[in-house]
Amino acid sequence: MINMNETEIVRGNKVPSNLAQVRITLKYTLLEYIRSRRFYILLAIAIVISAILTFVVGYYRPASFLASDLSFYSGWWGNIATFVIVLSGLFFGGDAISGEFQNKTGYFGVPNPIRRSSIYIGKWLSALIASTVILGVFAAITVVNGLYYFSSVPYQFGESLLFAWFYLVAVLGFIFFFSSLFKNSSMSIIVTAILFLFAFNIVQLFVANLAQIEPWFILTYGAQIIGNVLTVPYPPHVVTTVGREGFTLTTYNPSVPEGLAIMGIYFIATAVLGLILFERKEFT
Amino acid sequence: MGALIEIPEIYPALTPREALMMIAEIRGVPRSERNKRIEEAVSDVRMEEWIDRRIGKFSKGMKQRICVASAILSDPCVLLLDEPTTGLDPRGMTEVRGIIKSLKDKQRLILMSSHILSEVADVCDEVAMIDHGKLIVYDTISNVTAKVSGGENVVEVGLRRHVDKKLINKIAASVPSIDTIEKSDDTTLKIRFKGGLDAQERILASIVRLKIGIVSYRSASSALEEAYLGLITSTV
Repeated sequence: MINMNETEIVRGNKVPSNLAQVRITLKYTLLEYIRSRRFYILLAIAIVISAILTFVVGYYRPASFLASDLSFYSGWWGNIATFVIVLSGLFFGGDAISGEFQNKTGYFGVPNPIRRSSIYIGKWLSALIASTVILGVFAAITVVNGLYYFSSVPYQFGESLLFAWFYLVAVLGFIFFFSSLFKNSSMSIIVTAILFLFAFNIVQLFVANLAQIEPWFILTYGAQIIGNVLTVPYPPHVVTTVGREGFTLTTYNPSVPEGLAIMGIYFIATAVLGLILFERKEFT
Repeated sequence: MGALIEIPEIYPALTPREALMMIAEIRGVPRSERNKRIEEAVSDVRMEEWIDRRIGKFSKGMKQRICVASAILSDPCVLLLDEPTTGLDPRGMTEVRGIIKSLKDKQRLILMSSHILSEVADVCDEVAMIDHGKLIVYDTISNVTAKVSGGENVVEVGLRRHVDKKLINKIAASVPSIDTIEKSDDTTLKIRFKGGLDAQERILASIVRLKIGIVSYRSASSALEEAYLGLITSTV
């Protein structure tokens, strides 16, 4: 039986440690991502979104954006950053694991003395770095525009940026779980896209308004702190709006610790489950 | 041990040098030896010209050759090849078989699994047949085929000229140890004989002496299939 630990000798060769295996996977997966068309497509999407916003704000000068520096960052960054994050996660994480099965790229690496956990973590880190680059480009364009109009960057934007990156971590954990669940790349990408772009929002709306329950169990609810932190004062936990016909609309806002906890729990739970699934799945 | 499982895909944006460097790092090949080993392995699979081109544009056969290079990269004592030509076009199959044959020259044990018995007859020295997880037979190909056919072996003889009855009679009269001679097609004969490799060698020498334009001589690919069918039938 082959014991794949760091003391194993393969014809005089010392097999790398688990950490070194993660580094190797990260290095070559990142190289693959950076050379891939998807990286440049996503970069182009981030630039096109920024260009449209630059044009709209510069040409129409909407009061909602230009009232203050915080309203500018809230309107620009707070509304779009989560979309860029989900898109990056889908592009880099959607087929990261399922693609290994569907495209049979897994057969190339797996017969070698490498732990599946090292492959999983290495790929996850590569997706995180590639997505951070895309998010960074979008953030940089936001800041350049913000400086043009207000000559300052509020500290709340720094907090929001940090929360956005934390959300990216959670989103990638979640997407990698679905990527491990399926052996078909299209299936894993479509399911996660539907969840993030439609299902979570619809469930959140129904749960909050019909059942009058705080949707603390939905990841996108936790992500609201990214935009909320740019609002001063911070929005109240529950907002009830009564319409003319007596119809009430309830909106919940997570507190910052609550939002971070939701993201953290989602990340830990889905990352562990995804890793277990990948460890157990057969390459057949 | 080096292994090649079916036809793996390689990350398309990488070059063979990068993909093999990844495997070399995973297998713990010392840094100072990596480039040399990669170049040797790529040379063994005859892909030197393509070493720095992106894999995404390679044919299946070329990718499979790179996969063979990855399996031999750390100079393993044992090489496991699982259906290495499945899914390849005839050109790719021929290329990969040629490479596997050339790998036999270097002192290593090559275990190849295949359902293509003509390929096994062409590439392998010994064969093990497994049915429902049970080892039915393990021996040299000529012994396996001889066992099933009651000690009879079959060779295919390719000729430059057309086969006719006169020629068949000439061979039957001049060459010893032959049981039967059949015409496979216009230029190919199938000779059944008793005995092992010694008898096979004697028959070849006798046919060459007849100067009838022999261009190929090999164990019949169908013989192994017949042996397989005979053995499997007896275990159903």
